[in-house]
Amino acid sequence: MSLQHSVAQAQGYNFAYLDEQTKRMIRRALLKAVAIPGYQVPFGGREMPLPYGWGTGGMQLTAAILGHDDVLKVIDQGADDTTNAVSIRRFFARTANVATTTRTPEATVIQTRHRIPETPLSHGQIMVYQVPIPEPLRFIEPSENETRTMHALGDYGVMHVKLYEDIATFGHIATAYAYPVTVDDHYVMDPSPIPKFDNPKLDMSPALMLFGAGREKRLYAVPPYTKVESLDFEDHPFAIQRWEQRCALCGSGDSFLDELIVDDRGTKRFVCSDTDYCTQHLSEQEAGQ
Amino acid sequence: MNAVQQVPQALLDLDTPLLQVRGLTRLYGPDKGCQDVDFELYPGEVLGIVGESGSGKSTLLSLLSGRCVPDRGGVSYRTTEGDWLDLYSASEAARRTLLRTEWGFVEQNPRDGLRMGVSAGANIGERLMAQGSRHYGQLRQAGLDWLQQVEIDAARIDDLPRTFSGGMQQRLQIARNLVSGPRLVFMDEPTGGLDVSVQARLLDLLRGLVRELNLAVVIVTHDLAVARLLADRLMVMRRSRVVEAGLTDQLLDDPQHPYTQLLVSSVLQP
Repeated sequence: MSLQHSVAQAQGYNFAYLDEQTKRMIRRALLKAVAIPGYQVPFGGREMPLPYGWGTGGMQLTAAILGHDDVLKVIDQGADDTTNAVSIRRFFARTANVATTTRTPEATVIQTRHRIPETPLSHGQIMVYQVPIPEPLRFIEPSENETRTMHALGDYGVMHVKLYEDIATFGHIATAYAYPVTVDDHYVMDPSPIPKFDNPKLDMSPALMLFGAGREKRLYAVPPYTKVESLDFEDHPFAIQRWEQRCALCGSGDSFLDELIVDDRGTKRFVCSDTDYCTQHLSEQEAGQ
Repeated sequence: MNAVQQVPQALLDLDTPLLQVRGLTRLYGPDKGCQDVDFELYPGEVLGIVGESGSGKSTLLSLLSGRCVPDRGGVSYRTTEGDWLDLYSASEAARRTLLRTEWGFVEQNPRDGLRMGVSAGANIGERLMAQGSRHYGQLRQAGLDWLQQVEIDAARIDDLPRTFSGGMQQRLQIARNLVSGPRLVFMDEPTGGLDVSVQARLLDLLRGLVRELNLAVVIVTHDLAVARLLADRLMVMRRSRVVEAGLTDQLLDDPQHPYTQLLVSSVLQP
């Protein structure tokens, strides 16, 4: 099994680092966020033992929802073995002594930085996203007061101004990540900087999606089986990225690929960004042979 | 038969005011701001508000356009459906919808009225997108049409407004406001800060558009020449009150109130 209980629990910390009052406060905010899909709920963000921008928002949500029986997976750009993923996974293994895994289907809580796993999520799983800027209107409207009014009144014309600019400049909608979506026919939401490749996975997903922004102290949610639509134009419909190549490791033709430069002459290889998916796909092929 | 019935309807539309203002007051101090303003504005009519700096012209304009709440009095607007909408008892959503569909607001400084970070085409298309237009081709076409209408080279549709000259920015702002086919446009010194030849061209353009589109306009200016050229009717303000109102030519050629006389005589006659 890949479930791990290898790290000794740290002494002197409350379960999952945050104190119980803080966790209750975050849970109350989370309930509100789930009740109003896509609405940004302010919460009293705490200092975490790592800098803003490293996933403090996501970590606070994970800490608030984690139980003894949970199995945690942490990914950073799809990979389980990068610094951010390793350190956050280790953090919760030490402070909460929860089981961790790299396998998507085994996990009950998946904290992610900017990817949704390729393996379809199932009912009962919770995704926790790390969000840098929760406000999708921020790029065009710097005033928080004004953006709140715009959300309240559904005044979302300016969102299309950005897409218009893309088409006018590049001939197609060039926004490739943090692609704005409408949740449940009401709130426009920034799905965190996931590639737009992952946007369709949000729609009617059986898993609960929680988004936490530590610096901005906002959280929001998409409950299971909620309609999530990407914004587009009638004559320029939403489309996800496609690659001409296949994964150099597992040969997958339908996953999100990273481009790697492998030598000084600029030779390129494309590999799956989701390391767990790639490994599983590879071992299935080997088992089949 | 139908034609016979429609004619009185159209006449009725022109005979009924578009905007009714009663006792509008907002004071920042004694005689600072504007107080007890009453008037009616009819479809297709251009109303000029003139007066010295600090006389309350801009306060009045903000009150009329729903930007700040009055201490007393009210503004009613007749919507396209023919209902009277009391501006300050209506919801903020209704006010905003009005401001981006049936109304327009041309700021003195085009930088306040334009989105400087996005292209001219996006600036023109924004109102249409806010109204739910989701077809890029149509938005693009509207942008090209309106650039032409305000005499800007269509090839500049993808340029940022900050690369435009002051006069072009002002014309772009006008296009951005008129694209949704408003019935009522507020203008706050639209020619302020422009040199005389550019002013003349802009006024010429505005006069053409106002007549062509049958716009009702409330225009604030301290320039009597602008008022003479554009406005059908004038209101002269001084120390927060309207001191004289009437037809433009009448008021400028035969001013009654001492302050209006002073104002008119203070202009150099070329």
